[in-house]
Amino acid sequence: MAKRILIDPVTRIEGHAKISIFLDDEGHVSDAEFHVVEFRGFEKFCEGRPYNEMPGITPRICGICPVSHLLASAKAGDAIMAVSIPPAADKLRRLMNLGQFIQSHALSFFHLSAPDFLLGWDTPQPQRNVFGLIGQNKELARAGIRLRQFGQEIIELLGGQKIHPAWAVPGGVRSPLDPEDRERILRWLPEAYATVQTAFDLFQATLQTHSREVQVFGNFPSLFMGLVDPDGTWEHHGGKLRFVDSSGSIIADQLDPQNYAEFIGESVQNTSYLKSPYYLPLDLPEGMYRVGPLARLNVAEQMGTPKADAELARFKKLGRGAVTSSFLYHYARLIEILAALERVERYMDDRDIFSEDLRADAGINSFHGVGVSEAPRGTLFHDYTVDRNGLLRKVNMIVATGQNNLAMNQTVAQIARHYIRRQQNDIPEPLLNRIEHGIRCYDPCLSCSTHAVGQMPLRVQLIGPDGTVIREAARG
Amino acid sequence: MAAKTLTIDGKEISAEEGATILQAAEEHGITMPTLCHLDGVYDVGACRLCLVEVAGTPKLLPACTTRVTEGMDVKTDTERLRKYRRMTLELLFAERNHVCAVCVANGHCELQSLAYSQGMDHVRYEYRFPHWEVDNTHPLFGMDPHRCILCTRCVRACWHIEGAGTLNVSGRSAGSHIITDLNQPWGLADSCTRCGKCVMSCPTGALYYKGSTVSEMERDRSKLEFIVTAREKKQWIA
Ligand code: SF4
Ligand code: FES
Repeated sequence: MAKRILIDPVTRIEGHAKISIFLDDEGHVSDAEFHVVEFRGFEKFCEGRPYNEMPGITPRICGICPVSHLLASAKAGDAIMAVSIPPAADKLRRLMNLGQFIQSHALSFFHLSAPDFLLGWDTPQPQRNVFGLIGQNKELARAGIRLRQFGQEIIELLGGQKIHPAWAVPGGVRSPLDPEDRERILRWLPEAYATVQTAFDLFQATLQTHSREVQVFGNFPSLFMGLVDPDGTWEHHGGKLRFVDSSGSIIADQLDPQNYAEFIGESVQNTSYLKSPYYLPLDLPEGMYRVGPLARLNVAEQMGTPKADAELARFKKLGRGAVTSSFLYHYARLIEILAALERVERYMDDRDIFSEDLRADAGINSFHGVGVSEAPRGTLFHDYTVDRNGLLRKVNMIVATGQNNLAMNQTVAQIARHYIRRQQNDIPEPLLNRIEHGIRCYDPCLSCSTHAVGQMPLRVQLIGPDGTVIREAARG
Repeated sequence: MAAKTLTIDGKEISAEEGATILQAAEEHGITMPTLCHLDGVYDVGACRLCLVEVAGTPKLLPACTTRVTEGMDVKTDTERLRKYRRMTLELLFAERNHVCAVCVANGHCELQSLAYSQGMDHVRYEYRFPHWEVDNTHPLFGMDPHRCILCTRCVRACWHIEGAGTLNVSGRSAGSHIITDLNQPWGLADSCTRCGKCVMSCPTGALYYKGSTVSEMERDRSKLEFIVTAREKKQWIA
């Protein structure tokens, strides 16, 4: 019988996570499981609703990435109507998604992860957060907050103050950008570029001091999946799916997301409410894949904009083939912010963003539709089956955190293996911090992951080979 | 017609004989919450939000169906009335599934704005979470019974403005629901003229234009009034 370390929530009810670390008879870490207790029941809850309401309902799944659900849901609706939406609507949706990338990645990097790089693993939790960062580097913290605001601003200028009421709808979007708002965005761009540059410098310095983290924080072979253009350029809302392996070779390309069930299997693990998707032709464990910034940069041949392309070239040198360390999700996130800024800038010169032709109209032309969009944390699938009246009969959603679940398990196991010495049977604070950061590399969309500025409520149990709890560490 | 004099909230007013308290009050700029009342169709006193106190009567009376009498002393805004109105609203919310945040009528809903204006900040009753089937069979309109408060405005508009008689009430008590024709799917209801007056009259998101998403259902009730006035004043008769 193996031992187990359990990290469990103590204070939060929703979106909380629990981690079990299994020890073998010799006291070595044999395995780890990151259990997510979230998301259950939503798919069932949607059944019987008209599909047009989904862009209004699904952003409620997750308060952290409502835009991603909004867009995937509207796209699934497009597929049910079997329409191609007006080009202007597609551009505006993309613009909103880019805003979401900027705000979400800025939050992940500056608020949640940078305190760990800058303040170190041994800094006690109460200081190792954005407030600690403000204490140490006020300018950086402020710039990060502003960058996040910039992303949010784009979202709000398009979707209105409240993002929840569906701005994107099946067939298109409800309103264009206001010419005055274009000016606002243009004025803000230079500052945003400057902030990303600071972040790049910071991360380059971090790479010098954190080579061990690069080695240990989720560095293992796996597949990577993401959307790409027909020519292999980075995608975030359109395009088709590509899988590469850890050598960087393309193992499947231009897969139509509508047929995802043919190449993505979903294994249900009874310890977690999240389904663990895998690449079907390879089965598990070889079929394990990662999604999100790291994966998107591994599948993309170029970013499609000059500044981001230069960074991508530098990034690709960090791997032999694919870049396999999950610690480099952070780097990938920065490159995606840069790419997003460049694309936002490009759209500002496109007259279509003011267009009034924004919504295609049609009835139910297909009883089944899949909407796929890249959320900041990874590929998001909404799969709807409707009856002839447009009422939902079946809903399936595959979220980024689910797709990364297996990789997160492995990351925690790798960190634990490295830092828990044999027979130590202890869970010191720095270990807890590292495990927390290992999970944070994936920026999982658990409300707890962004809860309480940089603090994950955790309970750690070390359970012996016979299943007894040897040790427990809690924090919440 | 003889006039009656009465007092509403301490204000002396006169009203035509046969007028309801609600009509008399509105004529003199006194407002009160209503929900099942719809200008242009007769009143049924179904929602009980317009309840008022009348001196000398222990019962609370619905202003929309109670006729004025000589010397009547009416109060429309007392602590007791406020308490009952809130309770009534809470019961309405608890009865079906009113999830404003994802509702097509969010921001344009009479039930929602009443809950705000009457200070309903929570519901003391257990929600019943019933399960109903949404009827999306009609080519233009949809009906979601989860959001229906059984005010019957749609039924009255359908029978008495349009004259089609498609909509009806079926069942009893908590099982009551709006049906189309003899409980056929709306899309198969032959009598429906697709005029949309029911949709215009619905105070909540229960009736909607198909394809609407959150907050998209804005209704134009002036069309109903326009038709009714034209008919009553015989404006269309040359
Ligand atoms: S459908 Fe609307 S108008 Fe008809 S009874 Fe229900 S709430 Fe009233
Ligand atoms: S408005 Fe009078 S009872 Fe409904």
